[in-house]
Amino acid sequence: MQVGIGLPNTLDGADRELILSWARWADEGPFTSLGVFDRLCYHGLDPVATLAACASVTEEIELATTIIAGPLRNNAALAKKAATLDVLSNGRLTLGMALGARKDDYDAAGVEFGKRGRLFDQQLAELRDYWEGDDVGPDPVQEGGPTILVGGDSDNTYRRVGRFADGYIHGGGPPRAFARQAERANAAWTECERPETPAVWGHGYYALGDEDVAEKGREYLLDYYEFTGPFAERIADGLLTTPQEVTQFVRGYEDEGCDELVLFPTVADSEQFDLLADTLGDKWDGSDRA
Amino acid sequence: MRVDVLGGGPGGLYASLLLKKSFPEWEVVVHERDPADNTYGWGVVFSDATLSSLREADRLSHERITDAFVRWDPIDIHYDGEYFRCGGHSFAGIMRADLLSILQERAAELGVELRHGDAIDDPERLREDTDVLIGADGLNSTVRERYEEAFRPNESAGNAKFAWFGTDKPFDVFTFVFRENEHGLWRIHAYPGRKSTFIVECTEDTWRAAGMDEVSEGEALEYFEDLFSDHLDGYELQSKLYAWRNFPTVKNATWSHENVVLIGDAAHTAHFSIGSGTKMAMEDAVALQEAFEEHGSDTRAAFNWYEKERRPRVTGLQEAAERSENYFENVERYQNLEPRRFAFNLLTRSGRITYDNLRVRDPSFVDQFDQWFAAAEGNCSTAVATPPLFKRFPLREVTVPNRTVMTLPPTEVATDGRPADSYLDRLVGQGERGPGLLLTDPLAVTPDGRITAGTPGLYADEHNDAFNSAIGRIRESSPTETVVGASLFHAGRRGATKSREHGLDRPLPEDERWDLFAPSAKPFGPASPTPTAMDADDLDRVRTAFVGAAERADAAGFDHVQLNAGHGYLLSSFLSPLANDRDDEYGGSLENRMRYPLEVFDAIRDVWPDKKPIGVTLQATDWNLNGFKTRESYEVARVLKERGCDLLAIVAGQASVRERPAFDTETLGRFSERFRNEVEIPTLSTNYRTTYDEVNTMVGSGRADLVLFTPENPAPGR
Repeated sequence: MQVGIGLPNTLDGADRELILSWARWADEGPFTSLGVFDRLCYHGLDPVATLAACASVTEEIELATTIIAGPLRNNAALAKKAATLDVLSNGRLTLGMALGARKDDYDAAGVEFGKRGRLFDQQLAELRDYWEGDDVGPDPVQEGGPTILVGGDSDNTYRRVGRFADGYIHGGGPPRAFARQAERANAAWTECERPETPAVWGHGYYALGDEDVAEKGREYLLDYYEFTGPFAERIADGLLTTPQEVTQFVRGYEDEGCDELVLFPTVADSEQFDLLADTLGDKWDGSDRA
Repeated sequence: MRVDVLGGGPGGLYASLLLKKSFPEWEVVVHERDPADNTYGWGVVFSDATLSSLREADRLSHERITDAFVRWDPIDIHYDGEYFRCGGHSFAGIMRADLLSILQERAAELGVELRHGDAIDDPERLREDTDVLIGADGLNSTVRERYEEAFRPNESAGNAKFAWFGTDKPFDVFTFVFRENEHGLWRIHAYPGRKSTFIVECTEDTWRAAGMDEVSEGEALEYFEDLFSDHLDGYELQSKLYAWRNFPTVKNATWSHENVVLIGDAAHTAHFSIGSGTKMAMEDAVALQEAFEEHGSDTRAAFNWYEKERRPRVTGLQEAAERSENYFENVERYQNLEPRRFAFNLLTRSGRITYDNLRVRDPSFVDQFDQWFAAAEGNCSTAVATPPLFKRFPLREVTVPNRTVMTLPPTEVATDGRPADSYLDRLVGQGERGPGLLLTDPLAVTPDGRITAGTPGLYADEHNDAFNSAIGRIRESSPTETVVGASLFHAGRRGATKSREHGLDRPLPEDERWDLFAPSAKPFGPASPTPTAMDADDLDRVRTAFVGAAERADAAGFDHVQLNAGHGYLLSSFLSPLANDRDDEYGGSLENRMRYPLEVFDAIRDVWPDKKPIGVTLQATDWNLNGFKTRESYEVARVLKERGCDLLAIVAGQASVRERPAFDTETLGRFSERFRNEVEIPTLSTNYRTTYDEVNTMVGSGRADLVLFTPENPAPGR
């Protein structure tokens, strides 16, 4: 397993300097990927534009949308943006996508919420056609286009993983919850007779430091997930606030066969980067990859 | 803080006493509609794990409960005149009435106020005056109903009928009795207690046939006393609130709302055959207490903690309970299993106990099972019998040396149908791992039957030469006598697509495509090319090609052919109304739609050597309301069996892009099990199986004969 780090792109205080430094540090190790979140009706930075900026200051690290809500975006425009990002990063883009659960995002984008499933299917079918075709350039650096991950937990999610994607990205939670879903993704993949196995990604939230930091992280999660009602509290309860919790969580994911685990900060502070890097050391930096 | 508990059952009492114990300064009041000495219900059962959590929560009540316990360890199974005992399960039972008095007494000692005979019809008034309202008011919860919009409950009823009775006959262990009479098959769940509990369960048909919808309570008691006289030994059956019910499964989207929280049956039910609601309610109470210990008077945080802690466990238990309920509702299906296998199937029904678990619980039961299994199919019995997966499986004159099946995903490294050396090397590599049956990926019978340009085929001499040499290498290198099977197919309207590496059914650019053939001129997906509707010549040509491929398979040395009529490829698209709207004798009714696939099957069977088996990969459903249905698939399976099909591999979906599949690791296994036992034909289960234990459990219990095995560790040389 490898461990990636999330960019603070949806956090208060994420300015140019923090984002670009964060990306530069991450590129030095020990992290293998940079993740971004997506939310239209929220005061965060646009995920794709953020990754584009990071592409220009990094060399090695994978850039991943983990995730973006696909149907909020026009298919051809998204295909072009993703291909552009793939070119500008020299083939380092992973495109994680899901439906996104917020109706206000859909209303703001002018996309019908009730049709998002069908739109998503169509989008997944079309993206590669754009990447492989000549109508919308540029040609991505990665053959066949960027790696596509699909997230969610319905039967339709797994159908999409089998039919369209290169892998599955889990929506968060303890390792055991990840394992159950990853097993279903594997089963769907096998049932669809796809070659090899799907890539399986996970993610988690952390806030390392004293109680104030933990409380700040909690508040952010309660705010970010406010639309889920009481469930937000449950997400906030999962916040990793000590090095022990982080290590246990990472080991748990590794044991359950996760390929890439992206840990997201919940407090926009450069110290958070160092604390996570110190906690993890070089154990999951991908250097032992075959 | 003030806590009001609605419902004085075990869950409500236990929650109130635990909270009062943790927070002596809190005011805790229990409101119970019935009087204190109500003795509704018979025994309740706990497992070891539950008991240890009760001990930690409150040692005193635990002591008193365990003093009143009857403990036992085995499960007895009586079926078809035979009797099996399997030990190591560790149960403890207590009369519900005894449990209630212990909990009432303990609650009162701790200062909980118990108000019996206090019916609360509108919980809202209570809620306004209290800090926490606990809805512990059971299956027909008033609290759940009052805040329905918040809890969003989902209730469904089972198919079977059941009624609870008690008896003074001392059953000493958990006892399942299956007894058939002129009205049908009856199932008894009986277990020990101060009085024994005796639950009768049957299908609705049996219930009606026996006239249970009309007879009086007394007549019903007499009927069962008579039918089960050999188990009751002259003791009477007794009833309280005599009623026949269908088991109601309750789920809620959330268990808390404002300052209200649900526990026990109000929040969730699980079929009685797997564990009592009482056990779950008391575990809920423990979790709720822990939640308040963790979060003090922060009610919201405590409720979230409680739900976070309990929901995954409850969900897991409900899933297992549904499998168990499903088993008991369909026991008729397993009457073709030999009694010992029937018992093994019963014990592993919920998916929570596997072959390996049973071996830990009762090694000698499993040893005897292995011995029986080894002897049952003609192999001589030995002092040490191997587990089911190592049992040979005869198919005609071919013997599959063990129950694992390996295959490769559709490969795309062939040129004009000739498999690339790299593919053949991988096939040989799989063979070296010693599966019982090694299946090729689908081999096209004509160039236009390929999925992609790289799909291998079996339509030219050089193809059989390539396979012939690979089979030779497998015979040399496989540690067992691996049976090698050729999977034959024509892609139909799913042909001429790009590599699967980046997804399914992405059509090739126009200048690289070949013509597609299908029952009707209906494209597979919105971007797919329109296929040619096959005319009589096309039907002949493709049928002849299938026969040719079968002859080549024989010449190449394959032991088995597996004809693919699934996944929306040509033969399954004849079966599916989504793809077939022909108005000739090959379209319309099921009889017509199955005609062409059967013609192909018959034509292959004619040329394929009698001593070699032939299997069919069949679609169980298209996962589309207008598509091919499971009951139709049963019909096709029956006809195939009559015509000499030796093995069915059940698959599902992919017949159309418009499908609503159910994806989990069990779905295809459940289909396999149903086809095997309803149609009584050997099946190859195609669901996702990664461990020997899973294979042993599926094969041992008669859910499948062969199991597609995808071990977690990659193949050597890959």
